[in-house]
Amino acid sequence: MDRKIHMKVNGKEVSFIIGHSEDPWVVPDEETLLTTLRERLDLTGSKEACGQGACGCCTVLKDDVAVPSCQVLTANCDGADIVTIEGLQDPVTGELDRLQEIMVEKYAFQCGFCTPGIIMTLKGLFIKNPDPTTEEIKEELSGNQCRCISQYHVIEAAEAYRAELDAQEG
Amino acid sequence: MSEKGYRHIGKNVTRFDAVDIVTGKTIFLNDYKMKDLIYGKSLKCPYAHARITKIDISKAQALPGVHGVLYYGNMPEMCKGWGLNQPPVCPVLRREASYAGDVVALVAADTEQIAEEACGLIQIEYEELPAVFNTWDAVKPDAPLVHEEFDSNILPNVPFIGENMMDHLVRGDVEKAFAECDYVLDGEDAYDSLGCPMAMEPPGVIMKYEKGRMFAWPTSQVAMMYGGAIGGRMQGLPIETTTFNIGGGFGNKAELPLISMQTAVLAVATGRPVKMNMTKTEQLAIHDQRIGMYIKGKVGIKGDIIHAIQGTIYLDCGAYNCCGQWQMGVGLGECQVAFGKCQNWDLEGKLVMTNHVQTGAVRGFGGQEIKAVLMPMTMKAAAKAGVDPVDFIAKNFSETGDGWFWRERNWYECRETDWKPVIYDAAEKFGWKDKWKGWNIPTSTDGHKAVGVGVSVHGNADIGEDNSEAYVRITPATGLVYLHAGIAETGAGQRSNIRKYVAEVLDMPVEKVILAPCTTEANPFDAGPIGSRCTLTLGTAVTKAAEDALRKLLEAAAGPLHASPDDLFFRDGMIYYKSRSDKPIHPAMLLPFATTITGYGQYLADYSKSNFNIYFAEVEVDLDTGETSLKKVLVGTDVGQIIDPATLEMQIHGGFGAAAADTGLLEENVLDKSTGRILTGNMIDYKWRTFDDFPPVDTVIHESQPEISRFKATGFG
Repeated sequence: MDRKIHMKVNGKEVSFIIGHSEDPWVVPDEETLLTTLRERLDLTGSKEACGQGACGCCTVLKDDVAVPSCQVLTANCDGADIVTIEGLQDPVTGELDRLQEIMVEKYAFQCGFCTPGIIMTLKGLFIKNPDPTTEEIKEELSGNQCRCISQYHVIEAAEAYRAELDAQEG
Repeated sequence: MSEKGYRHIGKNVTRFDAVDIVTGKTIFLNDYKMKDLIYGKSLKCPYAHARITKIDISKAQALPGVHGVLYYGNMPEMCKGWGLNQPPVCPVLRREASYAGDVVALVAADTEQIAEEACGLIQIEYEELPAVFNTWDAVKPDAPLVHEEFDSNILPNVPFIGENMMDHLVRGDVEKAFAECDYVLDGEDAYDSLGCPMAMEPPGVIMKYEKGRMFAWPTSQVAMMYGGAIGGRMQGLPIETTTFNIGGGFGNKAELPLISMQTAVLAVATGRPVKMNMTKTEQLAIHDQRIGMYIKGKVGIKGDIIHAIQGTIYLDCGAYNCCGQWQMGVGLGECQVAFGKCQNWDLEGKLVMTNHVQTGAVRGFGGQEIKAVLMPMTMKAAAKAGVDPVDFIAKNFSETGDGWFWRERNWYECRETDWKPVIYDAAEKFGWKDKWKGWNIPTSTDGHKAVGVGVSVHGNADIGEDNSEAYVRITPATGLVYLHAGIAETGAGQRSNIRKYVAEVLDMPVEKVILAPCTTEANPFDAGPIGSRCTLTLGTAVTKAAEDALRKLLEAAAGPLHASPDDLFFRDGMIYYKSRSDKPIHPAMLLPFATTITGYGQYLADYSKSNFNIYFAEVEVDLDTGETSLKKVLVGTDVGQIIDPATLEMQIHGGFGAAAADTGLLEENVLDKSTGRILTGNMIDYKWRTFDDFPPVDTVIHESQPEISRFKATGFG
């Protein structure tokens, strides 16, 4: 029997029926969260690159944990709280998340295809550990691929973000 | 104002697409929605060489949602003369397959999943044919032919983009020169890693055929040149090209010949816009890989100068050559840039087909590959002579007064070049004198670990490659200036940085320079960001276009103001008398209502100046396992003039981090020569550098201000 799931995506309640049909709200059980986000919810900020969970381009927060959304089945997301790159910017004021601002200030991208995934991985890291060491930042990002070699500037941005969080704490 | 008086040049300007990139709003090809779009997938041959003996597409055709199933027997009439390879004589779909992964059938359907499923429903049988995997075997008289369309596996040197590319470099008298040498080194070397730069965004394209024109949305770095390249394969069919942001290029996303031609055939057959988007595995295993290079040759050194080079180089093109003739012409030129003092050359190139995945441009264009086999031989000669490698580079690299034959064998005399200051500044900052203990002697050893240092060099006269044009349109009413320059954004920030040249010339804010969308319908020609071009080429074109527009504006204003144009100047959208710089005059008051002023700028190819980068690395080697880790890196370069410090720094990071270090230490596609299959078509087996594996990097950047353009910038590449 078809099953209904409910989840929150960027603060909005969405629900789907798990099953097989051409209706846009009916999601087959083999559909990945990435496909649901990109194709059904038009949240194309999460990128599909490898489909193997190896490049990190599709990273989103699922219940505050950074996950590659190409490796998560939508059918398994009942009750989940999903945040994508689009969810970081204030929808009313347009104000960016401070991490996004720092990524701009530090020129922490080149082609930008991997950037949304990198930002979401860092958000996940800072949620679980607000004061990571630089080694922990690098380790956490080792599942995010960047071929233009923006790694140095990304780490600089993450360190600057950490310093601001530290200052707020202090 | 900078010390040179520049308002924008040499200062960081935040990329115009920065906020879109960090918020996920940037549109890449796969994010673009199009009405009536259907999706293409392909069926690949599992054998290295085979002939189809039976094929039945009926089940695939019957699958709901399928719009077209194509194989060699039902190609649309107008596509039958279209060709792959170079010369492009191989039909897009053939009865033969020439490598494991060669596409034998195409499906277009409502979704990628349906297209994939339909590919699986095609019933096909093959007869396996003998295959050949390396150039030595492929050039033997009795070698199996990779393509029946050719008489041999050696490709003819057909003209490329209207030029007869150099395939035999002859200078001086090598026999006499070798007799004069102190050391002569004979040898063979190979560089055949089948590397894939693995741009983050996999290659893809949308094609739509309408009213005699093909409309293309490719993930191509070269929006304005793509149509000429692909159109040449389609018997001259006009192609309109539009690009979005490109998720990394590395030279590897320019023509995209196979996926482009396959998608175009499906678009013609179905009458619908069709998208084909490669998977990461397809990108790694069947997209253009680095051309293989083999050399049998001889290098002679006299004192500490390379005096003679002789040999035959074989370029392994795989089953479909994309642009090997061109790569050979550029590569042979680039060798002369590196060994600028050598006056005696006899280096012949041959393009050879083999039964593996096709090749194309990968971070460089022939030169990196040829030098990868030539440089080790010359360095062995330098070691024999006992010359310090830094001194060897300083003494042998080209400088003003040297020269080279380039592409069509035209002679260019090197100008405005002295790299010794940056070579020795970089060496000093790296600590070369202390760390280098002699050839093959470690800097230090500790048990089973040894630390050593190395140095390498790159320079290419392709900074002046091919032509560029631009229009600059001043709209006096709004103060906005529209720049029409067909540049794709691949990550180097060129779509932002190119505006700085215009804003500098017109003395106005960069954000008021609006760049037209990257489409052939809105822009003149530019060869695009390939090789190391753009900073000089397109930079010059847009500078001249802005200068032309400014001149026309001041001439138009001069009459109404009863002044000479020389008495006026333009700043922040206003015109002033030089004598009254406190009194702005709105240009719209001086020109006919709502009219605009358009300037045109052109750059024509000139190969008389190269760029220059020197790389120093300190590595630690495990003497038991051979595992090599990078400990410290320094990159020295002379860019003439910095345009944007932050993007330059990141170009340098990419230059060493991926183009140099990964090419040298990690990247390799493994070809199983018993089956002809690539074994590394995933991101675990194909190696790449992770975030936690980057060494400290330092830079030395010189700005020698060569007189090559108004802003004197050569770029980094």
